[in-house]
Amino acid sequence: MQTAPAFTSERQAEALQLTLTGAWTIEASAALESAAQALLAEGQGARAVIFDLNSIERIDTAGAWLIDRSRDALNRSGIDARYGAARPEFALLLEEAQFRPVTTSKQKPQNLFVSILADVGETMVGAGRSMWSGVAFLGEVIASIIRAFTHPARFRGTSVVAHVETFAFRGLPIIALINFLVGCIVAQQSIFQLQKFGAATFAVDLIGILTLRELAVLLTSIMVAGRSGSAITAELGSMKMREEIDALRVMGLDPIDVLVVPRIIALLISLPLLTFMADMSAIFGGLLVAWTYGGISPDVFFSRLQDAIGMNTFLVGMIKAPFMALVIGMIAAMEGLATQGSAESLGRQVTSSVVKSIFMVIVVDGVFAMFFAAIRY
Amino acid sequence: MTRPSHIEAPAIRVRGLCVGFGEKIILDNLDLDLRRGEVMGFVGGSGTGKSVLTRAILGLVRPRDGLIEVFGEDLSTLPREQYRAMERRWGVLFQHGALFSGLNVLQNIQVPMREYLNLSQSLMDELAMLKIRMVGLPPDAAEKYPSQLSGGMIKRAALARALALDPEIVFLDEPTSGLDPIGAAEFDQLISTLQKTLGLTVFMVTHDLDSLYSVCDRVAALADRKVVAEGTMEDILRSPHPWVRSYFHGERGRRREAAQRAGEHS
Repeated sequence: MQTAPAFTSERQAEALQLTLTGAWTIEASAALESAAQALLAEGQGARAVIFDLNSIERIDTAGAWLIDRSRDALNRSGIDARYGAARPEFALLLEEAQFRPVTTSKQKPQNLFVSILADVGETMVGAGRSMWSGVAFLGEVIASIIRAFTHPARFRGTSVVAHVETFAFRGLPIIALINFLVGCIVAQQSIFQLQKFGAATFAVDLIGILTLRELAVLLTSIMVAGRSGSAITAELGSMKMREEIDALRVMGLDPIDVLVVPRIIALLISLPLLTFMADMSAIFGGLLVAWTYGGISPDVFFSRLQDAIGMNTFLVGMIKAPFMALVIGMIAAMEGLATQGSAESLGRQVTSSVVKSIFMVIVVDGVFAMFFAAIRY
Repeated sequence: MTRPSHIEAPAIRVRGLCVGFGEKIILDNLDLDLRRGEVMGFVGGSGTGKSVLTRAILGLVRPRDGLIEVFGEDLSTLPREQYRAMERRWGVLFQHGALFSGLNVLQNIQVPMREYLNLSQSLMDELAMLKIRMVGLPPDAAEKYPSQLSGGMIKRAALARALALDPEIVFLDEPTSGLDPIGAAEFDQLISTLQKTLGLTVFMVTHDLDSLYSVCDRVAALADRKVVAEGTMEDILRSPHPWVRSYFHGERGRRREAAQRAGEHS
């Protein structure tokens, strides 16, 4: 399309004349850079150098910069390098793109051992801080919930209902499906294993206790953390990025009241409802598989189930649900509000929100397991 | 001229452009010419489709009908490779800067260089620092992230990124909005200098009467879904169109016009 940057050199009485030709533009890319190198090499050793720019086809800032850099380098090695007469627009460009030494601050590499130690220390301090701010945030949220009860007029009912719709109602199909499938799988495996002892009907006990006490609430919480927790973090995070949180604050509205509490209350309502639906669909899945694989008819299934589980089995799962909701909502909101100005930071916060809340859900579940075992509930 | 002038086609030629969203028609049968090496100011009321026209030229909005030629090439029929090559010949300054928030200013400017060119890191650093200097940013801005910059600095950094590949056409979407009058005047001066030194063709969407008077070679006014007046500032001032009249002969317009006259006589 256009000729590559090049030059011819001609030794005159006093000075070396370098006549530049072709297009000295950034499109030439690597060729431009090497032409400038060659220009510098050619000029070395001469007493004086004159750059003749009149035969250049095209030039842009990158070309002008490189030519001027070569001239400057020659000058500094004691060679008198000058420009010959140049067209006025070239002169203007050379003026604009005049070479000045560039200092980019490069961080010098640290000692590996020191940097690992520093990382460990930073992580520990960060963990301590986030624990501290978590407790502070919990206090703020609880204070705000209490305010909502003492001043019911300030309570944002519409917002809560809208969030219950997205968290519970829109999330129901996928959560019911997952728990249905897990019920099927538990039933199938327990029937296969228990058949060896001729105790296939005990599969019903296993399905009932396992799903009601642990699996339904756990799977539901993990799904909600992934589905709604991430949404809360992303919403609050992008509002933070676009200064919407600050806008609320200067209007005298507390973002915790307006944004966080309605979401947490909606989660507190949604998660028990979803857990109940998860219980039902898991047992339904177990019933179908027990019937088809194990030949356990629904009549037999239900009478065994009534013997195997009590009200306490069901309540163990349901009691955990609001605590899971609080953990998910708190972590999601905190991570969202901790977002910094960049898109990258938003991605990091959403990831950490989901990872932390799933981890904490499992930890809370373990704590409850120990507690219920201790009180023999 | 530092640019080849063997093809005399205008930099941008728009004919019969129609753009609409759903029922709503934004631009109807619009014609526009942008000549090489000129600064064109583009004015219009809020929501009349100035940004839509820019986005249609840039290929971000698909027009319903009409022809858009850039350097004599019809963009809708251009093969993918050539279209990519065409995109390197223009730079865009978005209204809110649209800097990549995860990269610092230096890295933002180097994004197009890294994608399209094969340059050494040290040269890319030097060229990016040169652009930073050219747009009037202090050198320590290079290491800053967009969230740490003021509105005016974001505009300048975004202009530096738009100029990274030394494009031939620069699209500026309200470059002086949100700047203080001194900053806006400096920005106008900067655009004018760059246009002279680099031989840039500039398409500038603006509301700033000062910019229109001081840097624009020609002005086009958008109203009633088409260009209702196009030409030098004097031509525009003589236009009978009611919107154009109220825009340029309103309180602010009259004051600016008087200032211009006083400036010319002194």
